Amino acid sequence: MTGFSASAGGAPRASLARRVSSYLYQHAKTRLRLLIAAPVTWLALVYIASLLMLLVTALWTVDEFTGNTKVAWNLDNIFSLFTDPLYSRVTLRTIGIALAVTVVDVALSLPIAFFMAKVASPRVRNILAISVLLPLWASYLVKAYAWRSVLSDKGLLQWVLNTFGLESPGYSLFGASLTLGYMWLPYVILPIYAGLDKVPNNLLEASSDLGAGTFTTIRRVILPLVTPSIIAGSIFAFSLTLGDYITINIVGGASQMLGNLVYTNVGTANNLPMASALALIPIAIMFVYLGAVKRTGALNNL
Amino acid sequence: MKLQAAKWLAVAVTVTLTLAGCASTNNTPGGNALDKLGATEGSLTLLGWPGYAEDGSNDPAVDWVTPFEKETGCQVTFKPYGTSDEALSLFKTGQYDAIAASGDATLRLIAGGYVQPLNTDLIPSYANVYSFLKGRDWNTVDGKAYGVPHGYGANLLMYNTDVVKPAPTSWNVVFDGASAYKGKVTAYDSPIYIADAAVYLMAHKPELGIKNPYALDATQLAAAVELLKAQRQNVGEYWSDYLKSIQSFTTGDSVVGTTWQVIKNSMPANSKVEVTLPSEGTTGWSDSWMVSSTTKHVNCAYKWLDYIDSPKANAAATEYFGEAPVTQDACQYASDANFCSTYHAGDADYAAKIWYWTTPISKCLDGRTDAKCTDYAAWTKAWQEIKG
Repeated sequence: MTGFSASAGGAPRASLARRVSSYLYQHAKTRLRLLIAAPVTWLALVYIASLLMLLVTALWTVDEFTGNTKVAWNLDNIFSLFTDPLYSRVTLRTIGIALAVTVVDVALSLPIAFFMAKVASPRVRNILAISVLLPLWASYLVKAYAWRSVLSDKGLLQWVLNTFGLESPGYSLFGASLTLGYMWLPYVILPIYAGLDKVPNNLLEASSDLGAGTFTTIRRVILPLVTPSIIAGSIFAFSLTLGDYITINIVGGASQMLGNLVYTNVGTANNLPMASALALIPIAIMFVYLGAVKRTGALNNL
Repeated sequence: MKLQAAKWLAVAVTVTLTLAGCASTNNTPGGNALDKLGATEGSLTLLGWPGYAEDGSNDPAVDWVTPFEKETGCQVTFKPYGTSDEALSLFKTGQYDAIAASGDATLRLIAGGYVQPLNTDLIPSYANVYSFLKGRDWNTVDGKAYGVPHGYGANLLMYNTDVVKPAPTSWNVVFDGASAYKGKVTAYDSPIYIADAAVYLMAHKPELGIKNPYALDATQLAAAVELLKAQRQNVGEYWSDYLKSIQSFTTGDSVVGTTWQVIKNSMPANSKVEVTLPSEGTTGWSDSWMVSSTTKHVNCAYKWLDYIDSPKANAAATEYFGEAPVTQDACQYASDANFCSTYHAGDADYAAKIWYWTTPISKCLDGRTDAKCTDYAAWTKAWQEIKG
């Protein structure tokens, strides 16, 4: 660029950028459309289209001979979700694990988050916040394999429990729930901590001035205020567990969850339609869960 | 606003259906075998089990690809896969010139028309391959060879010598007698493991009339499934990752179960485990290199097939992976003098006890025409039910 050409685009006539900017300033609707075009395209193509694709694939079938997916519309896969006892058994097991993980995580998170938000000094609070976040820095697989050695027959847990005359749960559903609970704990602590942090201290003081004991304050003041945060945390723990298939493989012994069925159908059976049908189960469960949450009104407070 | 949403939905559905329309492909038949070789094309893309085509980038000490590249001028690109099923879906994309596939994938590749019949006269080193590896169910269809052998091995019984006494000679310890080791039994996590149960039933329930563990009619499959469901009660965990298996035998979480020779070789020196080939016989694998039916590098592919069966390269490749080589000549090139005896290379009696992985298909592989056999899809479904 020479000085000449630079000055040519300058003062006498408005530059292109300036003209575009003034056009957009005058046309608010166009401005809005351009602004949301990218995210909406993303949402439509990547998110909604792939979900619809999933739904549509569930209605197809696999050519037995060549193993290719064949466009032959039928509801067989969907029906088999209801008629085959295998699928209902695995679904119930998966929901059970997800519920257990959620309940345990919330129960653990409440006191930790309360201590962080209301009791600890700013210094201790920072240290605690870092310790909660620290496990997130390590890879998921490393943590799962770490638990594999903790839960092993000659592992740490067995060694500790043996001194009390107890046995380690070993590689089992219980072991898998324990590991998953550990995995998702930060995701539950953080929203609950954020919720508790927003509860003004003077509400707690007012409650005690009005004669409420500790438990009454927790029940009548704190819990109603942090319920949305608890629900936000529970959505993380519940939905993340619902889709997991790696942890159960590493520490779950011989058991399988919904994710494993999806994985075997894609990876081993080469049956994409059945995998899609199975993937609809967690989607449906989450719809029901979110619907129930919505009815409580908790989503409005998020 | 409602109408807008409906419009968007319509767009999304159209896009989805258009994408879906592109997804279905046509098959080309395998075509005819090559008449004669031409000039090499300069490049070759291979698909195989990890460790089947090493060029020194993973371990500088193992490299049998570079000499091939120098000799033929074919630049090799290698893609490893984890399971036979993954191999199948990768190979279907048509990006690969040749594949090293196990018997549980080969028939599916042939049936799908993804691989071409071979003219073995153009592969000189094929002549020296052990005869018991040629013309088998998993590499030959209608008398046409579709693959040249790479290496073979047996699924063995591994046991902890401290816990499992006396030393087992039968698969009984993981089936009918498994309750003695409740929670410590392990098994291979794949539908193809149903064949292991079928091998056991062949010896212990002759009234079922199983002649080939990969040719099971509905009744025979049900019997195998019943046996495996009973086994499931005693299984601590299933394995498909061989490192996981090494670990659980080292810690004692597993004390008895199916294994590979290479797992035994990788166990820590002081571990108290042994392997044996039980009296009932066993399942195993025999891998074949096959050439894509749509390859543009067919001459390079033939050169590779010839090279990988040549003694030096075959010794290097099979020793690195931990399986038996396919020619007697390979034994002298192994770095371990006992290599061939460890893996029982060329031992026809040992090899005869192995039922090599073969894809179960509805046309019975044992030659029965009065019965319809269960195919791999049925086995996969059954396997999910066994695991529960």
